Amino acid sequence: MASRPRTLYEKIWDEHVVERRDDGTCLIYIDRHLVHEVTSPQAFEGLRLAGRVVRRPGLTLAVPDHNLPTTRRVDGEGRRIAIADSESAQQLAALEANVAEFGVPYIDAVAAAQGIVHVVGPEQGFTLPGTTFVCGDSHTAAHGALGALAFGIGTSEVEHVLATQTLQLAQSKTMEVRVDGALGFGVSAKDVVLAIIGHIGAAGGNGHVIEFTGSAIRSLSIEGRLTISNMAIEGGARSGLIAPDEKAFAYLKGRPMAPQCADWDAALAYWRTLPTDAGAAYDRTVILDAAQIGPNVTWGTSPEDVVAITGSVPDPASFDDPGKREAAAKSLAYMGLSPGTPMQDVRVENIFIGSCTNSRIEDLRAAAAVVGSRHIAPNVKQALVVPGSGLVKRQAEAEGLDRIFTEAGFEWREPGCSACLGMNPDKVPPGERCASTSNRNFVGRQGPGARTHLLSPAMAAAAAVTGRLTDVRELMG
Amino acid sequence: MAPVTQVEGRAYPFGRANIDTDIIIPAKWLKTITRAGLAKGAFETVRAEADNVFDAPEFANAPILIAGDNFGCGSSREHAAWALLDMGVTAVIAPSFSDIFSGNAFKNGILAVALPQTAVERLMDVARTDPIHIDLEVQTVTTRFQDRFAFDIDPFRKNCLLAGTDEIGLTLESGDKIASYEASAATARPWLNGRLAA
Ligand code: SF4
Repeated sequence: MASRPRTLYEKIWDEHVVERRDDGTCLIYIDRHLVHEVTSPQAFEGLRLAGRVVRRPGLTLAVPDHNLPTTRRVDGEGRRIAIADSESAQQLAALEANVAEFGVPYIDAVAAAQGIVHVVGPEQGFTLPGTTFVCGDSHTAAHGALGALAFGIGTSEVEHVLATQTLQLAQSKTMEVRVDGALGFGVSAKDVVLAIIGHIGAAGGNGHVIEFTGSAIRSLSIEGRLTISNMAIEGGARSGLIAPDEKAFAYLKGRPMAPQCADWDAALAYWRTLPTDAGAAYDRTVILDAAQIGPNVTWGTSPEDVVAITGSVPDPASFDDPGKREAAAKSLAYMGLSPGTPMQDVRVENIFIGSCTNSRIEDLRAAAAVVGSRHIAPNVKQALVVPGSGLVKRQAEAEGLDRIFTEAGFEWREPGCSACLGMNPDKVPPGERCASTSNRNFVGRQGPGARTHLLSPAMAAAAAVTGRLTDVRELMG
Repeated sequence: MAPVTQVEGRAYPFGRANIDTDIIIPAKWLKTITRAGLAKGAFETVRAEADNVFDAPEFANAPILIAGDNFGCGSSREHAAWALLDMGVTAVIAPSFSDIFSGNAFKNGILAVALPQTAVERLMDVARTDPIHIDLEVQTVTTRFQDRFAFDIDPFRKNCLLAGTDEIGLTLESGDKIASYEASAATARPWLNGRLAA
């Protein structure tokens, strides 16, 4: 086995096989597990009913994020403010009772480190290269940016991991997505990943694990890479790996849950063996030229509905496939758009800068740089900036970014998933349009009847100040 | 989990592609801490449309759903599978499924049957008037018009479904192997066992 060149994915897989069955299924050991309040209650309930315990409580970390309101969480006297929505409050209470009962480490709703699970994991050094990493949330793919084989699981699998620290899995096919070249002016990681999904399609990666390679990917910061890997799932792939490199190691060093001292040195030596060997074969390779990628937006209700900001709403008749034609017509009806409309003529009433895709410090800096001393446009009714974690929020405040946003007319909120999926009170009203840095433009995703356009933080800021979808390059110095 | 061998009955001829989990069960229904009762939120936005198949009396309580490509894409929410079960759907036929959904379906005893587009279109036609029969043992979908479509299924999943296996129970039988893996991993990659203080 040592002589055959292997991909990063194969190396991590081989290292985690506990047992191989005759039918090809493997029992795979899971190193890291994140838990949040929405997809875990039924898993803990299952354990309780079967009289089972959590096998390795120390390998799981729980953080509430989906339901929490992003308004103030403590009052003037430092007391916690109860969640008004009784079902959300009940879900949070269930999580707190479950972690206490089963001994799972927990970052609570008012802790400085609280945030969206996929922001917290890397930030705490809980996410490490070469690990198997799961969470009951499809955007777990994000952690692949640090070289973890990370993927979303359902609640039955959450229960399985809690009880056994393993999963029964069949090996996936591999797909290399290579982006070579230098990114153009005003082009960010979000534009790259939208270009990739537009190219391969929302089902393009089904059955595959993607590895993102190429000089354009390597040139990105860890924050940018997290944005790329995060959206692998929108291209159908459960995981989106990026080979860990010196940038990744520098990012992790000194983080609270990262290895220290002798452990760090040993880990580093191992992590350096992980990148795909020269000559290893992928089942499929897709190549994109970074120079061809400009700022992108979505026009429809699938993340594959991507168009350049300089382009127009497509005509459903232009799709060859009859199913696509019908879907495009339905999307346009839902989105309230007509074919041929220039994307830059589309006015927006809502701005959402947040979500596990784009709520890290670099995202907030990029958005604030575009806002500068400008004010949001009069037709923008709601403009939310929701940092990905309490630590991101604190850092942004130290840099004065919060003032740039609030003086421009944005609301500066507490960390959480917020209007990404509208489980908490932050929603886009029916029929209104939102320029959103999140990852899904599905029907009703940001609230019933909400119309979502996915774009980068800089592009969201540009839309906020002009009141319409805007080519950010026109606002940049 | 109860064993699954056959699913027979009417099928919702839904047919749409890229049905995401937000369509199957919107986020506002996810605040529950139990598995039951999600049918009332299932396909809410579709059911708001006039003449939708889910509210047509002839398909009431149909055990099968026929959909287009990439069924169940989007989030990992197992609530999508629970909502289908709560509606009485125990099999979905589509040209392809998202990986996470097909896993969740399997864990809940729902058959996710992938067939070529042409076969799915033919079954859509039949479903409008007649029942459909799925046999897991011989891996076929048949109709009373002599249609017979064979489908593939992962052998591990097939056996678990036929036997009604409790997967966690099965894995726990390998407890010794897990323990010896942990022992060797602790030596090979000791940094993974560091104390994870939250
Ligand atoms: S921010 Fe959105 S995509 Fe990310 S974990 Fe929260 S709900 Fe899911």
